Amino acid sequence: MPAEPLAVFRIGFGLMMFASIIRFWCYGWIETLYIQPKFHFKFYGFEWVKVLGDYTYLLFIICGLAALMVAFGLKYRLAIVTFFLSFTYIELMDKTTYLNHYYFVSLVSFILIFLPANAYFSIDNLIRKVSYKTIPKWATDSLKLMLSIVYFYAGLAKLNSDWLFKAQPLKIWLTSKYDIPIIGETIMHKEWFHYAMSWSGAIYDLTIPFLLLYKRTRIWAFAIVVFFHAFTKILFPIGMFPFIMIIGTLIFFDAAVHQRLIFVINKLIQPIRSIWSRNIRSIEGYKLSKIKQSVITKILVVFFILQLLMPWRYLAYPDELFWTEEGYRFSWRVMLMEKAGYTNFKIVDGKTGRYFYVDNSDFLTSFQEKQMSFQPDFILEYAHYLGDHFKSQGHKNIQVFAESFVALNGRMSEPYIDSKVDLYQIQESFQHKDWILVFKDKIKGL
Amino acid sequence: MKKFIILILAIGFAVSCGSSDDSNEGDGYNRTALLTNIADNYIIPALQDLETKLTAMNTAKTNFVSDKTQSNLDALSVAWLDAYKIWQALEMFDVGPGEALNKYLYFMNVYPTNTSDIQAAATSGDYDLSMSSLHDAQGFPAIDYLIHSDNALERFTTDANADDYVAYLSVLTERMKTLTTQVLSDWQGTYRDEYVANTESSATGALDKTVNDFIYFYEKGFRTNKIGIPAGSFSGNPAAEKVEALYKSDVSKTLAIEALHAIEDVFEGKAYNGSTTGESFKTYLTFLNRSDITSAVEENFVKVSNTLNGLPENFYQQVLDDNTVMSEAFDAIQTTVATFKVDMANAMNVGLDYQDADGD
Repeated sequence: MPAEPLAVFRIGFGLMMFASIIRFWCYGWIETLYIQPKFHFKFYGFEWVKVLGDYTYLLFIICGLAALMVAFGLKYRLAIVTFFLSFTYIELMDKTTYLNHYYFVSLVSFILIFLPANAYFSIDNLIRKVSYKTIPKWATDSLKLMLSIVYFYAGLAKLNSDWLFKAQPLKIWLTSKYDIPIIGETIMHKEWFHYAMSWSGAIYDLTIPFLLLYKRTRIWAFAIVVFFHAFTKILFPIGMFPFIMIIGTLIFFDAAVHQRLIFVINKLIQPIRSIWSRNIRSIEGYKLSKIKQSVITKILVVFFILQLLMPWRYLAYPDELFWTEEGYRFSWRVMLMEKAGYTNFKIVDGKTGRYFYVDNSDFLTSFQEKQMSFQPDFILEYAHYLGDHFKSQGHKNIQVFAESFVALNGRMSEPYIDSKVDLYQIQESFQHKDWILVFKDKIKGL
Repeated sequence: MKKFIILILAIGFAVSCGSSDDSNEGDGYNRTALLTNIADNYIIPALQDLETKLTAMNTAKTNFVSDKTQSNLDALSVAWLDAYKIWQALEMFDVGPGEALNKYLYFMNVYPTNTSDIQAAATSGDYDLSMSSLHDAQGFPAIDYLIHSDNALERFTTDANADDYVAYLSVLTERMKTLTTQVLSDWQGTYRDEYVANTESSATGALDKTVNDFIYFYEKGFRTNKIGIPAGSFSGNPAAEKVEALYKSDVSKTLAIEALHAIEDVFEGKAYNGSTTGESFKTYLTFLNRSDITSAVEENFVKVSNTLNGLPENFYQQVLDDNTVMSEAFDAIQTTVATFKVDMANAMNVGLDYQDADGD
């Protein structure tokens, strides 16, 4: 198939990522989210990933430059591998900042490692003096598949009684957006609007991949994509994600659309381009060696099987997923629940029974404290950190207990963690955390 | 195209079936009414009252300075307590002019007070009370030390530095009055209108800030400072000397109860002068169909109130005698922190975490 769509995707993705890194830096988040906190929450198995102190800035510089090189198609393979590694490393430094869209970026950049995205309209073409008119179809198909998985699974996750029959959490979120011009005072607090948004959101996610795949509905679907993401951008603090998705879905369009886009870009860069683009040989098909082809196929097949299975792993755990969050992340559960907690820790001397409470602000940033307060794996990790901290201060017979209250989707807060369990003795694992108190309500559905 | 039509139909379906059960019909909640009630019927009258009481305290100080007798010192002590009680109603409003004034509350009630700083400042005469290092050498706690600690009368009469202490006392009482007058006149000037009109739903919105300050006061100013720290809840080591009004510690319960009343009144929208009620956090929660929260809060208020009333007047002595009672009081207050921070803030969708970052 024609090479243009993948080239446009590469440019769009690279520029978006570059902008994201700059934006992150400008907001001072490298400092506040990574360098300032004394303690970082790690993903299970990735405890070895450390924040690099002031060198963290260097990591972001590398990541940003790699993104720019991807956009230009300069030393593409090196650039995309560097981007994937540096970006993923950044995300692994502290799981407090976990966002589905960061995970999405890691996955897409992983896929891009194996795609000939520099086959056309890249600086690599100028260096190698050759460019390719066509690329294998699986290259763009794998990106379409990835995007479709994101949407479809996000839609499946919405098929639950809270979302559909209580309009939660949108009821909470929309009602508080009363200060948006025009619609803020008129419909944002209306019950029918909450239901309309919940249902259309679910239907949107479930159907949009198909509507984008079929040529006859595509242009409509894209218009809906733009509207939907623009709307969420206005309502919620979701950063670059809407733009990434809008640009990403362009991949569904025919080559003709991309040819026009490239024509426009070409015009813009004409003065520079004309100097050194003369001697490029344009040949038909980008071809991979048999061995390369088979290795890549195997990697991508395994990758996508994992992607299709990962979101279902929650089924291996008892109790309500939203409550325990066992298997919640990495599953495209996007803006799906409103959960908040208040968790205090009691440090007890097991021998004398003497105890004191921990002031969380001594150890955590307000953002970390907020995230910690309703996620069991955070609570456990922090309990161990506290235990170790007070042990190093000379305390003896340390026991760490959590007194935790959590509210989910507009329900009244309930005790969350068994306050009689000494968390310092509990080790993290993929086993069910039986020290999470049982959810007192039922949420039906997937 | 067919699917698109289905989509439209589905939206229509959701719309029509949603509107049958609609408790939020009509206009949205009138946040300006809530803010107006807080500003006009609570903050401004309380500030006026505080200004009056601080003026009275200043007069008592002047009387004392011109005639340094024990009875004049006692009169000053009474005036100090009158004003201190009113202050409990205002500490939670760290907004607008108070906040702009480099944190008014830091100049009024930071304790435990630093006696060596006070002595150094008073005797050298070389100090700048606007510096953050002297937050704990001024306000109610510093005056408490000057007029209530041992040999108070001697400090102003026979002490080698008596004149310096008299001068420092004057500076402190006058500064409190001046600052309060400034905050009050800002409120009565342009800020009141700005405050009630600022209904935006964000970290800088007046409602968001007021709710945050309210919860912060309940958790920090009320729970932690008045009970938790003296009881050693966060260290395991009781620290009786950290009670509010240490040098006149038989008023610690009085001050705590004043603070609780203020918390209750603001939550319920009660006017500062009188008993009429208006729009409040409570009515807002009721509007949001969350009477489960308001009843939980009110139930807890009763429990906290009973616990506080059961405490002796003197927290300092209580910590020394039987600290378990204080720890129990802490636990009683604690329950409502969760209700405020989790349920109330959540229902109002007010962020308590203003460190910004993206969501997804």
